This record gives sequence, C-alpha cells and structure tokens, in this order.
Amino acid sequence: MSTAIVLAGNPNSGKTTLFNELTGARQHVGNYPGVTVEKKQGTCVSDSGKFNIVDLPGTYSLTAYSLEEVVARDFLVNEKPSMIVNIVDASNLERNLYLSVQFMEMGIPVTIALNMMDVAKKRGIQINIEKLSKLLNVPIVPIIARSGEGKKELLQTIAANMNGKVEPLTISYGYDIDTALDEMEEIIRSSAFLTANYRARWTAIKYLENDSQVIESGKKDNIKVALQLEKIVEKVTSHLLATLDTHPEGIIADQRYGFINSVLKQNVISYFYDKNRMQLSDKIDKVVTNRFLGPIIMVAILMGLYKFTFTYSEIPVGWFESFFGWVGGVADNALPEGHLKSLVISGIIDGVGGVLGFVPLIMFMFLGIAFLEDSGYLARMAFMLDRVFRMFGLHGSSVMAFIVSGGIAGGCAVPGVMATRTLKSPKERLATLLTVPFMNCGAKLPVFALLVAAFFAENEATVMLLITMISWMGALLVAWALRSTIIKGESTPFVMELPPYRMPTFKGILIHTWERTWQYIKKAGTVILGVSIVLWAMMTFPGLPETKTQEFENQRSTITSGVPFQILDELEILEQGNLKVTRKLSAKALAVKESLNQVDFDEAHAGLKNSIAGRIGSSLEGITKFAGFDWRTNIALVGGFAAKEVVVSTLGTAYSIGEVVPEETASLSDRLKAAEGWGPLTAFSLIIFTIFYAPCFVTVVCIAKEAGSWKWAAFSVVFNTALAFGLSVIFYQVGSLILT
Amino acid sequence: MGIINLRQMGVDQTGIITRVKANGELGRRLRDMGLIPGKEIKVQGKAPLYDPVSLRIMGFTLTLRNNEADYIEVEVQ
Repeated sequence: MSTAIVLAGNPNSGKTTLFNELTGARQHVGNYPGVTVEKKQGTCVSDSGKFNIVDLPGTYSLTAYSLEEVVARDFLVNEKPSMIVNIVDASNLERNLYLSVQFMEMGIPVTIALNMMDVAKKRGIQINIEKLSKLLNVPIVPIIARSGEGKKELLQTIAANMNGKVEPLTISYGYDIDTALDEMEEIIRSSAFLTANYRARWTAIKYLENDSQVIESGKKDNIKVALQLEKIVEKVTSHLLATLDTHPEGIIADQRYGFINSVLKQNVISYFYDKNRMQLSDKIDKVVTNRFLGPIIMVAILMGLYKFTFTYSEIPVGWFESFFGWVGGVADNALPEGHLKSLVISGIIDGVGGVLGFVPLIMFMFLGIAFLEDSGYLARMAFMLDRVFRMFGLHGSSVMAFIVSGGIAGGCAVPGVMATRTLKSPKERLATLLTVPFMNCGAKLPVFALLVAAFFAENEATVMLLITMISWMGALLVAWALRSTIIKGESTPFVMELPPYRMPTFKGILIHTWERTWQYIKKAGTVILGVSIVLWAMMTFPGLPETKTQEFENQRSTITSGVPFQILDELEILEQGNLKVTRKLSAKALAVKESLNQVDFDEAHAGLKNSIAGRIGSSLEGITKFAGFDWRTNIALVGGFAAKEVVVSTLGTAYSIGEVVPEETASLSDRLKAAEGWGPLTAFSLIIFTIFYAPCFVTVVCIAKEAGSWKWAAFSVVFNTALAFGLSVIFYQVGSLILT
Repeated sequence: MGIINLRQMGVDQTGIITRVKANGELGRRLRDMGLIPGKEIKVQGKAPLYDPVSLRIMGFTLTLRNNEADYIEVEVQ
C-alpha cells in the first residue's frame, strides 16, 4: 500500500501554490523519464500523517493532447496513486470539473480541494459544497491555497479516504455511444484486453475518443481484439456522422459538459452577479492589450525586466568575479610555475568562475520572469505578439527568450535558452531555443566594439544598430527555415487561457527562482568544468619545443646582458610584486621591461600557434581565407567557443600584444588597423561570423538540457558554424568583387 | 441574427456556439476548453494586429487565432 498521493488540476488553479504550501522546502524537482516535463515531488508531514506528494503537470483534460497530458495520464495509469487530490478553481468551476470527471471515470479515489473560495465569493459565486460532494460522490474541502486556509481539513479528509474503494463514475453518453461502450466493454473484459493497466470501460471510451496512445498499445496487446474494437468504433462513427454530423469524441465531450451542467443546475451554484460581468482583470486587459497602449506598455515592461536583470545582477556578478580573481591570486602565489598552475588557474578556476558568474544573472532573470508569469502578464504578451512570431513558425511566447538572449543588445543566451520553458508548444519551443543564440549577448559586444572602433569609427551607432537588425532578421529567418524543414509541422493551436491577473506569492516566486538556479548549477556545472579543461588543454598543449623556449631565453639574456645591475635590481623588485615601485621605474628600466614583455608576448604567441587550437586555426586557414580570416582570427574564434569575449583576449595574444582586457581594446584596435589583411571588409565579415557561429559551450550545454538531447546541441554547433561561415564567405567575396 | 463565423464577431458581441467543425488535435483542444455547442461566448478583445482574439466562456478568458476561430459557428442576436 503506497502513501503516494498526486496533486492534479488545471493550469492556473493554484496547484503549485498548494503544493508549496503542503510541502514547503521539502520538495525536489526532476524530470519524467525521457521527457523535459518537470516532475515535482515532496513530502508533507502533518498531524494526519506523512504523505508523499507528486505534483502532476497542470492540464485541462486527459486526452493526450499535449506532452503534459500524456505524462499526467501515464503517471496515473502506471503508478496507481492511492489518491488524486484534484485542485479545482471555485471561481471557474464548470471547466475545472471537466478534468475532475475524467479522473473519476478512471476509478482512482479523488478528493477535491475547492480552491479560491475567496475569489469566487468576490465574484458573487456561491457554491453548495455539501450538495456538490453528494452529487459527485467525492469528498470536497474548501481551501484558500494562498493563505493556507483549509489545509488541515484537507489533509484529514485525504487521510480518511485514502485507500477506500471507489465506484468509478459512469456517464451516459447517449444511446448510440452507450450501446457501443457496453458491447466493447464486454469484449475487453472477456479477453482481458489491456486490463492490467486500464479499466475496461475507460479503454472503450478512449477508443471512441480516437486516442492514438491507447489504440497503439491496444494493437500491441492483442491485434485481433484491437481490430474488433476499431470496427465497432468505425460503425458508430459513420452512424453518428450520418445522423448528427459529428464524431464520437465530440459527443463524449458534449456529454461530459452536459453531465457537469446537470449537476451544477441542481442548485449547486448560484450567481449574485452577471456571469460575464467586467472583472478587474478585464478592465486591466482593456488597457494593457489595447491596440496602441498595449505595445508601448509591453516595451516598457520588457525594458524594465531587462534593466532589472542586467543592472542589478551586475553587483553580485562583480562579487563573484572578485572572489574568483582572489582565488586565482592565491593559487598564483601558492603553486609553482608550470602546467599544474596553468591548469588550476586557466582551466579550473576560470572555468568554474565562468559558470558561477552566470548564477546571479539567472537568478535575477527568473525572478523577473516568474513574476511576469505568475501575475498573468506573460500570457498577454504572447497574445499580443503571436501574429508576428507566427509568421516565422514561432509562438507569441517566444519573445521572452529572444529579448533575454540579447534581442536588446547585451543579454545572455544562457538564461534565454532556459526561458523557453515558458513555451508549451514543443515545435515552436525547439525552434526558439535553437535561434536565440543568434541574438547579441553581452559577451559578443566587446568583439563588435573592438572591430567597430577600429574600422567603422565614424558610424559607430549606425553599425551597431545594423548588427542588431542582422541578428534579429537572421534568427527569425532561420527559425522560419527550421520550421519549414527539420522541425516541420502544423503550428500548435493557440487555444490558451488568459488567467486573471494575480499578485504572485513571494514564496512561490522564490521557490521557482531557486529551483531554476540550482538546476543550472547542478547540471551545467559538471559538464562545463570538463569542457573548460579540454579547451584549456587545446590552447596550451603541446607547448613549445625545447629549442624554441631556449631561443626566447636567449633573447631575454641578450636584452638584459648589456644593462647595468641597478636597473636589473629595479626589475627584480618589480617581479616580487611591489607595485609602488612600478611607478617609479626609471626610463631606462622601463625600456628594458618593455623589450622583455615583448619577448614574453612573442613567446605566448608562438606557444599559441603551436598549440592544438593553433594548429586547428592554421590548418583551417586554407578554407577560412575565403571569409577573410587568417590563422590568428581562427584561433580567436576557437577560443570564442569558451566564451565570446575570449575572441578579443585571444586576438591580443595572437597579435603578440599580451592579454587584452575586453573592456580596453584601444591598443588592439590600433594593431588590427595596421595589420596586413585587415580592413572594413574583413572586420564586417568577422562581425557576421561572430553573430551566427556556434554558441558558447555554456549555452550549448543548456540547449542539450532544454531540448532533452545532445543531438540538438551538436546540431546548433555544426549548423550555426556552417551558416556563419557561408554568410561570411558570401559577404566577403561579394564585397571584394564590388570594391575591386 | 443568424449564424456567423466566430472570426466575424465584433468585440463585445455575444453569441451561442452552434457548431465546432474542427476534428483531431485542434477539435479536441477546443472541446476540452469548453468550446462546444450550446455554450455562450462573448468576444472580449482582439490583439493589436486583430489576431488572435480573446473570448469569455463559462466565466474565464480564452484566446484563439483567427484561423482556429474559423471552425466555430456562432448564433448571434
């Protein structure tokens, strides 16, 4: 006997609020096997006993329409919970009961938690709970999930009714269907067809509803019986089509609603006001989705979210950066010079720091999105923008992911990819999460800033705007291309509820935010650390051969040999890290120091060229020259896979001017301007490549997690790079032709 | 007066659904949300680009694209 109970109900019925109320912090989030639908579990300890609670995804029905419905149904069928706690929105009783009726038809014990009694009362809806309970033959407990009212009574009722026998609800679906159902039930029972999992009558209903999932498993169980049933279904269908011009599934839905209506009509529900009276939500909607005001308000809210996320997360991001800088400094002093030190600092600390650096960003972003989602505004945004996004095979809800990823330059694709979770339609969601990395994230900006400053200094603003437009157009067109080829298919219906505006609960938002953040740290952290070490190794090994190192050593001795020892002493003190002395370096010492630095840079440059990444860069030069890139650019782009701003620092090393801080690129700009093979054409070709090529690997890992398969992550790396290369080559070649 | 397509209904107009012509996935979804013959609906508003529409049914608000609304016939006063 299991004590597992499930919490089930419509979306926006307060299910998650009740779940949080019952389990508090004792909950954890996982996935249902094989799908990306979240599975929340928790325990509830109370006077009435200890319960294991599973929060089923919110659904309107059990017809296997969406992934959520399939998951919910499979769980009920396979795990056979001892009780379904069905949360029902009292202010929206009729539609909510449609799902309840389907639970009752399954024959699993149901307790109804009648939520939002306060809202219902405010709207002038009065419900005779006792009568409803008697008519439906299930226990009903009124609750207010937000305040926890009725929680104790609910738990007592659950405990009292948990393992009781229940008589499954039988609804009359009219003469034609009932006759067919009886006949089918008889066949199913006598041949024990699928009876291990389903009740006979339920299977029969699903056959009439033309439920592909049940029909499939029926064929596998016993093809002969399956065909027999399908024949009966066919007969009824053609009869109904001929007489009533409708399918059995239509009649079944009608009759379910009819049953609910007949229950409610027996003085169960009474309205003090007109049912369609303007409610506060409607008044807000008149303004917020207004033809003129709506878009303006939306832009303002998006800008607000954006400012909130990226401005306020800057401070904690700064803390993380200083912390990892400090740890790096400690490691720098504690470890001996060599590969181990380089691994710890460049591979591990920078890698982990890079991952954790995103954490404040993700937290703030989800805090904002959770607020917009829970308040009901996100649904309105999807409503307003659906027309535009649908043209490209996307969904109104896609906008959030695009904006967060850098639709307004300066976002980040990592939270952007994670934001696609608010999208419920699988195809649109996949197309969105594959195209959001084309947006201009904050890490691409230093690359653009460098190139624009060097080659387009007169038209900086115009070129930056052009870059933003190119990435939007590119993303939408690629989305459209994907949706017409490999993610082809009818767009998912936009039949969506606009939930009433509600003030989100503080607890709900915090739990939601923490869940997302922790998932990110846990899942991404491990993989990212590994990849970061691999990238470090690629840019470090095999290192310079002995003879080469010796050459650089010799150069150093040549420089220092002729120098008086006072000046060498000065440099010695500098080496020990006494910064105050640096400012006082004599002119001569400074000159020596500079020559020495140049040797260091040359050595780093030579080392990089000889590394695996360098060799890849050099070997690709033959192909990349068509886009105008030499081996130095290639290495920088390989490095950019770690994080896009690395492109800048690696270019610095490749051009032997030492590490370049992404924020201060003036010296590198000058260097590039003077460098052979560089010009506006090359620069813009590189800009195009940077917009479109493989997302940084943190994003790639997130794509794999969100799309549910590494296949799509690999696709985004290969496809994006190929696309970027193609576009750059076309641009560069056509540009060269025009210019010459 | 008479039966029209849901797409043709204006904002704030009310009517009673007479027929839902959609089958398969869309039809199922429409019915699950309560769009079945006999139900009263009221067009609540339209998106800035006149598509999708939002309507009130059984006391809650639902959105539909115009090409989905085409499947629904409504009797209006």
